[in-house]
Amino acid sequence: MEGPVLVLGATSGIARETALALAEKGASLFLAGRDLDELERVACDIKIRTNVRVETGRFDADDCSTHLAFFQDSSSVMGGFSGVVYAVGALGDQIRSQTDWQEAHAVLHRNYVAAVSVLHVVAAAFEKAESGWIVAISSVAGDRGRMSNYVYGSAKGGLTVFLQGLRARLQKSGVHVLTVKPGPVDTAMTFGMDKLPLLAQPKVIGRAIVRALENGKDVAYLPGPWRAVMFVLRSVPESVFKKTKL
Amino acid sequence: MLPEKTAVKSLSGLGGWGRFPVTDVEAVRPEKARDLSPVGGQCIPRGLGRAYGDAAVLTGGTVVMTERLNRFLEFDPQTGVLRAEAGVSLRDVLRYLVPQGWFLPVTPGTKNCTLGGCFAADVHGKNHHRDGTFSRHVYGIELVLANGERVRCGPDDRPDLFWATAGGMGLTGIVSELTLQLTPVESAYMMVRHTRSPDLDRTFELLTDPKYDARYTVAWIDCLAKGPRLGRGVFMAGEHAKKSEVSLRNDPLVLPEKRVKPFPFDLPGWALNPLTVKTFNRVYDAFQGRKGEFVCDYDKYFYPLDGIEGWNRMYGKRGFVQYQYVLPTAGAFEGTRTILEELSAAGRASFLAVLKRFGPQGPGMLSFPTEGLTLALDIPMADGLMNFLERMDQTVSKHGGRLYLAKDSRMKPDVFRAGYPRIDEFCAVRSAVDPGGRFDSDLARRIGLCR
Repeated sequence: MEGPVLVLGATSGIARETALALAEKGASLFLAGRDLDELERVACDIKIRTNVRVETGRFDADDCSTHLAFFQDSSSVMGGFSGVVYAVGALGDQIRSQTDWQEAHAVLHRNYVAAVSVLHVVAAAFEKAESGWIVAISSVAGDRGRMSNYVYGSAKGGLTVFLQGLRARLQKSGVHVLTVKPGPVDTAMTFGMDKLPLLAQPKVIGRAIVRALENGKDVAYLPGPWRAVMFVLRSVPESVFKKTKL
Repeated sequence: MLPEKTAVKSLSGLGGWGRFPVTDVEAVRPEKARDLSPVGGQCIPRGLGRAYGDAAVLTGGTVVMTERLNRFLEFDPQTGVLRAEAGVSLRDVLRYLVPQGWFLPVTPGTKNCTLGGCFAADVHGKNHHRDGTFSRHVYGIELVLANGERVRCGPDDRPDLFWATAGGMGLTGIVSELTLQLTPVESAYMMVRHTRSPDLDRTFELLTDPKYDARYTVAWIDCLAKGPRLGRGVFMAGEHAKKSEVSLRNDPLVLPEKRVKPFPFDLPGWALNPLTVKTFNRVYDAFQGRKGEFVCDYDKYFYPLDGIEGWNRMYGKRGFVQYQYVLPTAGAFEGTRTILEELSAAGRASFLAVLKRFGPQGPGMLSFPTEGLTLALDIPMADGLMNFLERMDQTVSKHGGRLYLAKDSRMKPDVFRAGYPRIDEFCAVRSAVDPGGRFDSDLARRIGLCR
């Protein structure tokens, strides 16, 4: 776990805790995102807690034309990366997405298109170096389309399939790809929502991600019980599932 | 672009750590520093909710939860000066900075509270007679005012606002950042001396005679003991252990990771009664009193209850009342004797009765500690308890004492007014920075703070 790690979307609750857990293992960090003031605060915090080197830089997931230059610049600051965490994401508004293409497009772009763009840049570098690891935060929502959030779910489902393919492509170069599928996590994204099942704390998720990475897992449902829950949900025949209000 | 919205969550039955009283509120929980601001019609900041009563709830208003704004911002390992967001918990300060040789200058009996909360309640510790309250170690704060403006203040910079906010229970604004002085330590361990005391006179002597003094002192009292044994207990004195006093293979500044055991369920109301508490007190007295001099880690010394998550469930669903008063030196012995007599005669069970000597009053306008003796009790909720406590209030007022706002859940306005002589000064500052009364709490309403 040593060697510099690039964290994309570093101000989210899960990203911050994952970054801290990596820093506690001794990894130096490059935290990237849009909100430079928040990035700076997260960076100071991790530096004081762990005494590792932490740099920050602006990364705009929405503008794919900047991804290559961003990765080259941040790599040269840190002298290359041994790992990348992709934690960019947005829940969006399902109801609005059904009538407002801009909203739907933004959700698809943030959760899926941007990942394809930037992780292909990362993959090329790691493939060439024949080492490295990639962690991307997908979601249990990508395992089955539900009426209440299928736009977000389909973007995450796309991300999950993309990562499956990427994993197969990169394994012969010795590059490891971990897909993380969290259930609902107690962050700003879910605050105020009622009755979320198995709501997890970001600190627990962050530590579990690092553990899954160390154990060489390909896919990690977090917390663990979601693996069984989603197995059951996926097994329900579509003719029955379509009639549920989920 | 996806707009980021501020989510509001309805919380029903929110109370303090004592689970009495509870009410329904709206809550926001910002995760970005710039989103910390007053919201809704009226609001009150809330850290980790360890105030026992109604200090951090507001019926019909909004609670601004600060727990996610918990970033360390600046730390100088040479001087021990820390600047941090107000939502940083004492737990995190200790976990990350004790290994670097720095300890909290003042700590209450739990580390599950925030720096902002410690400042707002101007908390004290077992070292009050030496080191004063929490605010005395704070160089400055950033405060978000009712109009959303962010201002900095400190002991030399807008001191009125600073000393109104220290102990001001969140009613002048939301503390967003603090700069404080940590205290250097050589190890994560404490050198502790326990001395058994057979009666109240001896307990007083142990607490006040300089020859028994230490940086941290406190006496645990068996408040069911009567007659000649009234006020018996165990006197506990502690110092941070020097590196040479700790014989360890590992780094003396690093503690091994511990598991926190959750308290599994709400105990039924009858489980704590004079008999069970008497038994507990006997066992505790015998066990603790015989320990003599020993070394233990700072967790065991300062935070014995933090090892059991949700220990407040021990008192069942009805909750409990924490009662803490201070009596100025002149009437402290006599008043405390009277109160202990009333307690033991009534047989009101209290696991924790803690007696402590305070040093001089600090500059915080609503700061609780003043030179004298303080007694803290946990009393399970029961019928007739309110009347009983009101009689205790009269004894406290008669001896010129006051009750601790962070622990109070039931005091009446006249008792508050009698105990806090600087209310008008506080209210003048408050109305200057918050003329519309945007910050409010059920506590402030109940005690008629600025009416």
